[in-house]
Amino acid sequence: MVRLNVNGKEHVLEEVDASTPLLWVLRDHLGLVGTKFGCGGGYCGACTVQLNGRPIRSCTTPSSAAEGQAIRTIESLAADGILHPLQAAWIEHDVPQCGYCQAGQLMSAAALLARNSSPSDADIDSAMRGNLCRCGTYQRIRAAIHSAAEKLGGAA
Amino acid sequence: MKAAERLARDPNLKAVVREVEASLDAARRQDVSRRTFLKLTGLAGGGLTLAFYLGSPSVAQSQEATGEFAPNAFLTISSDGSILIYNKNPEVGQGIKTAFPMIVAEELDANWNHVRIEQSPIDEAVYGRQAAGGSRSIPSSWDQLREAGAAARAMLVSAASEMWGVPVDECSTANSIVTHDATGRQLTYGELAESAASLPVPDPGSLMLKARDDYRLIGKRITGVDNEKIVTGQPLFGIDTTLPGMVYASYSKCPATGGRVRDANFDEIRSLPGVQDAFALEGNDTVTELMPGVAIVGDSTWATQSARTSLRVDWDESEASTDSWSGLVEQAQGLSLQTGSETIRDFGNVEEAFEGADQTLEAFYSYPFVSHAPLEPQNCTAWYRDGGIEIWAPSQTPQRAIQNVANVLSIPEERVTLHQTRIGGGFGRRLLNDYVCEVAAIAREVGVPVKLQWSREDDMAHDFYRPGGFHALKASLDGTGRLSGWEDHFITFTHDGRSPVSGGETRGGEFPEGLLDNFRLTQSMLTLATPTGPWRAPRSNAIAFAVQSFYHELAVAAGRDHLEMLLEIMGEPRWLEEGNVGVLNTGRAAEVIKLAAAQAGWGQPLPPGRGLGLAFYFSHAGHFAEVADVSVDGNRRLSVHKVTVAGDVGPIVNLSGAENQCQGAVMDGLSTMLGLEITMENGRVQQSNFHQYPLMRINNAPVVDVHFIESDFPPTGLGEPALPPLAPAICNAIYAATGHRVRTLPLSKDGFSV
Repeated sequence: MVRLNVNGKEHVLEEVDASTPLLWVLRDHLGLVGTKFGCGGGYCGACTVQLNGRPIRSCTTPSSAAEGQAIRTIESLAADGILHPLQAAWIEHDVPQCGYCQAGQLMSAAALLARNSSPSDADIDSAMRGNLCRCGTYQRIRAAIHSAAEKLGGAA
Repeated sequence: MKAAERLARDPNLKAVVREVEASLDAARRQDVSRRTFLKLTGLAGGGLTLAFYLGSPSVAQSQEATGEFAPNAFLTISSDGSILIYNKNPEVGQGIKTAFPMIVAEELDANWNHVRIEQSPIDEAVYGRQAAGGSRSIPSSWDQLREAGAAARAMLVSAASEMWGVPVDECSTANSIVTHDATGRQLTYGELAESAASLPVPDPGSLMLKARDDYRLIGKRITGVDNEKIVTGQPLFGIDTTLPGMVYASYSKCPATGGRVRDANFDEIRSLPGVQDAFALEGNDTVTELMPGVAIVGDSTWATQSARTSLRVDWDESEASTDSWSGLVEQAQGLSLQTGSETIRDFGNVEEAFEGADQTLEAFYSYPFVSHAPLEPQNCTAWYRDGGIEIWAPSQTPQRAIQNVANVLSIPEERVTLHQTRIGGGFGRRLLNDYVCEVAAIAREVGVPVKLQWSREDDMAHDFYRPGGFHALKASLDGTGRLSGWEDHFITFTHDGRSPVSGGETRGGEFPEGLLDNFRLTQSMLTLATPTGPWRAPRSNAIAFAVQSFYHELAVAAGRDHLEMLLEIMGEPRWLEEGNVGVLNTGRAAEVIKLAAAQAGWGQPLPPGRGLGLAFYFSHAGHFAEVADVSVDGNRRLSVHKVTVAGDVGPIVNLSGAENQCQGAVMDGLSTMLGLEITMENGRVQQSNFHQYPLMRINNAPVVDVHFIESDFPPTGLGEPALPPLAPAICNAIYAATGHRVRTLPLSKDGFSV
């Protein structure tokens, strides 16, 4: 049995073994398939979600380790139907190619902007280096993060 | 060598080469022959719809006769003004799902905001070729898509002119509206849909297509049509498929390709939590379809994946691969000392050129096997029932997948329905459909919907790898420092001793063939039992490294400027084969070379340890030149500051997507040359996951500056041709910065790091 708080909602999953990685509980048991499986070893970052606002690799995090904490997935990044400035910037800069890594990229980027409202290129590289993009959209990821940071700064 | 023979007689390995290599002209002819436009009217739901079929007349007429809405129409305009365009080819990250509808919408003069795009069904009779490979989608469908949009536009204009009682040529269109210019009267496409639907469909030959100056949409930056779904995490990819009552499966094959299951601890596996069943599949001894293995079926992905850690299989490896990369390298080095056993090309007299030369140079270049490693691991979902099967597949060749599955299950192709999903990266890997066949066979056993999920380790162990290769090069310079002779002994691999492996062929036409009088290409082949296949810009992705680096070596030896010497060999502007847009045009080549050099500041003084490197390559009908700006410190630590790309693929359809493809190709090329290498020993691939196959990360990603020459030649594809020049451009820049010549990839072999 595992008890998880995902995107502000409590879930009690009687049938799930608590050692199951958080990734598979999200995808197979809760139907939140926005979080992606890429490597199973914490190398690629496709499975990135936020745990209490920190980006973590859900493929190597046992769900028991996330009990009683706030789990946030890509499905809740837009609030009340309004896109997060990062999501809007991703669309504006046409960041994705295949798009598979982008949910993980966005969750890492959102955690970065939450603690650093105007990151430098070096800050971005350091915060985002855990997220592989096999298509190589890195240049646009940097540009989109800067653009979202400016919008957030302008709104504040 | 049973393992190699198995690959030699694999029908899909040859077919996939045809898929990506077929001439662009042939592809265009094939699709143009399918431009039968028929309309379908009187649809349910109050809306009237124009529907255009690209299929054969008989298919379209039978659809029309039934009067039902069949979702294989590819363009519909409804009375409410909404426009639905079906994208027929798989979206694998190349941007086709946005680019194809843009072409239709341009000629239709549609308001892009009114356009909705859906993935079409897979149906060869209706759509013709549906595949993502060989950078062929744009060149083969360009005319067809423009004509479809133009035909619909012509009918809408006719309908408006009849209503107003004015001549057709007094009407204009823009933003989904027809305007009578003299009176300012306007009708929207939605208002006209019903009456337009009653008009005859114009003959494609009678259509007036737009001149490029009149484009409103083509050439603009349009964001990807799935981007909102991607950034909000909505289900889109193959792996996101969920069906009621679905179970999950893993499939374990022998780590050495070709091993068979003698026995396994099935009872123990079946007793594990969440596991419903475990069984062996015999397969059809075809690596591209179904090889022997053990399927574990359970009630979650994790149940099946974690059960695998307890799986013990007794493999019979008597017919499995025993390949050793280190052994193959040793053999190749031995062969490099002689001329190849087979002569592929022999023009002029190379010996004479070498004898009369001012200088001759020799060099031995090599590169490793590499994996495709798309980020979405192979997966597929299938539901077998009533003697037929329904499949949800992230495949680059869905039509071939249907044939593969029919073959594996011994059922007619008509009993296989395939739904195309978005694909989380392909790079050529998903041209082959082994994972589709595996889930099909598992689905027949379980009888309920089942999703097969490969692990990353499965993906890395069971790829169709880009083969490594070796080039023993020799060339001569005459008294004026001009290239006078060139010989390449290419050492590649074979499964049957007769023809090279997929992705390891040379068909001639690679630089500098056709650009000098004395040219010889010979070939030797080493026997291989490891599966190989096309990898982004097949052949060119590797050969470009060797030949464009070696040409720079010659420039250095001649004491000449590389730019000047590269322009010199292109000579007068001409097609190497008149009338064939699939071959090099030296004028287009020279223009992109000059543009890349100018944009990168070629010739500027640079501090010690910093250098610019130039390279050009022609592949997949695209002309690309690239200049890399790098620094190298005393510890061979490499920083790539910037890569300037100049390309000519004719008119650009989606500027944003086009730049993204070029940026991605540079990142892919750089990532691969830095430290990626697949090695095998005793038939087993030694790399298992990204810690041993370190794809490049954002902190090493250079700025990529992309420039296009939008020539008036018919547009060609962009998924591949920007990749080949990258590796030689970087290596030439490393030479300029350090004087060290890289002749073996990846760079980590020479002690370089980033």
